[in-house]
Amino acid sequence: MTHLKPVNRKAARIERATDNDVVALQRRGGGASVPQQPHFPVGCSLVFSPGWEADRTGGTAGLCQPVERDLFDCHIGCYWPAQVPDQLNHAPDWTSKCAAAQKDWRKIDLIFP
Amino acid sequence: MTAWAAREHHRFEAAGKPFVYLVPSAAIFALDAAADSLLQTLAARALTREELVGMFPDETALDATMGELVRVQAIGEVNAPPAKTPKVIPLAPFPLTTMVLNVTNQCNLSCTYCYEYGEDKIVDTENGKQPKFMTEETAREAVEFVLKESGDNRVAHITFFGGETLMNFPVLARTIAYARQRGAEIGKEVDFSLTTNATLLKPDIIEFLADNRVGVTISIDGPKEVQDKFRVFNNGAGSYEVVAPKIKELLKRHRSRPIGARVTLTSGEMNIKRIYTHLTEEMGFWEVGFAPVTTSPTRGHAISEAGYGDMLGQFRDLAYEFLEASVANQHHGFSNVKETLEELHKGVSKAFPCGAGLGLLGVATDGDVALCHRFAGSDAHKLGTVRDGIDRQAQQTFLEQHHVANKTDCSVCWARPLCSGGCYHEAHTRYGDTARPNLHYCEWIRGWTDVCLQIYGELSERNPAFLAQFDEEPTKEPVS
Repeated sequence: MTHLKPVNRKAARIERATDNDVVALQRRGGGASVPQQPHFPVGCSLVFSPGWEADRTGGTAGLCQPVERDLFDCHIGCYWPAQVPDQLNHAPDWTSKCAAAQKDWRKIDLIFP
Repeated sequence: MTAWAAREHHRFEAAGKPFVYLVPSAAIFALDAAADSLLQTLAARALTREELVGMFPDETALDATMGELVRVQAIGEVNAPPAKTPKVIPLAPFPLTTMVLNVTNQCNLSCTYCYEYGEDKIVDTENGKQPKFMTEETAREAVEFVLKESGDNRVAHITFFGGETLMNFPVLARTIAYARQRGAEIGKEVDFSLTTNATLLKPDIIEFLADNRVGVTISIDGPKEVQDKFRVFNNGAGSYEVVAPKIKELLKRHRSRPIGARVTLTSGEMNIKRIYTHLTEEMGFWEVGFAPVTTSPTRGHAISEAGYGDMLGQFRDLAYEFLEASVANQHHGFSNVKETLEELHKGVSKAFPCGAGLGLLGVATDGDVALCHRFAGSDAHKLGTVRDGIDRQAQQTFLEQHHVANKTDCSVCWARPLCSGGCYHEAHTRYGDTARPNLHYCEWIRGWTDVCLQIYGELSERNPAFLAQFDEEPTKEPVS
């Protein structure tokens, strides 16, 4: 590090522990000691087919969910422009009126780029 | 767009340079101008990278600085707040480091502010169920208890306490001999210390303490006019004239360990520099530690909010004196600052404010084990007996209830890695609940931590070799 200089022992340990592993730290929570979070697939499956081959724990319980789930995964976990708007950059409020999909799905509106 | 914001931290300056103390990791980093400016910008409000580029046009430098601040978790994405610090309860059995043995609950002084005898006492020491003096048999059982409960620790610490500890000197002396012998049999070192008001020090007792390398802490409040205000005999007579010659005798003869003074600060007596100078230069103490009196706020000797502010100013002045001495590699005996510097150096981030109920336990005269010496004999704070061992269920319940994660007020305070809510006994006296954070001295704790961070930063720049002493084995904290 060039802009920060570790001064106490804890700071030195943090520098050592994060050496070459910036990506792991940037992830929410960071580090291997973080407790298991709920099932949340990340990234596309290897085979190009609907649903997921396996979640990150190797489990299969949450695979091939109905359309609401595709909607979710396609604009958060793995953006797929044909189906949903770009909610990260252009339509951040797209689902803001949709607190419960079963009830409020009609409130999800069309987005025109 | 992803917005970035500063995470919990405390910025401070030392030796003309900016530093940051990160929470909850307790890491201390020195910042260059770019990192300092970026951190301050993001502490004011959350901004996207694009907005930051408008303010810091050199994108390469901006990304490098951001990368480092993200790496140490000084800043982070607003949408991805840091995970809550997990509430981890230490695994039982946790090894016992220090056992405080209340060998008597009787005292020959009648200090007005005393937490054991005064108006805020927890245990009835006159007509309660506890015997007034610990028997030799109970003391031996306590020795077996600490040797067993210290687990794999190489050293077990026994601190004798009271009442006035030396009122039960015969049992104390025989307990030391017994513990030495038992320690040698099982290959464990036993370390001894005691706290006394010095009234009963005699040449043969001083001789014994020196020969046995017993660490001694003297409770004394300062020069005559200060000492005699609260530290009085039953008839109201001051104790200064009695203790002063005895302490000088002790300091002359007992050279095997440094001897410290422990001062109770009250509303009336706040000339800290004068007290310090008297106890070190005029009396000869190696170290002096100050503690504000523990009392409910209605008492006359309770320190008011303004009093805490005044105390902080005086502590700061003495701390800077400590700094200049340390830069010149000279000894300075202000032990409060040294203890905090050690914790800052290691970067401790506490789940509990102290070791009570964990690595430190108090034993009452009848062998009941309590949170610490201040609760010894209290049934409500009992964690077992020396005969039957630690009540693991009660200990777990205590730890569950007192974890810093339970203290909502502390969750937004940058000083919580060190303070963790403060003394259980203080909280019990103030609020009637050991689990409450001590909100009456938050400003003081943050102010004092800030002073110590500045001293630490100064030392890291001006005499880093001084800080290396804290890399060694932990020093044992005095019991007060």
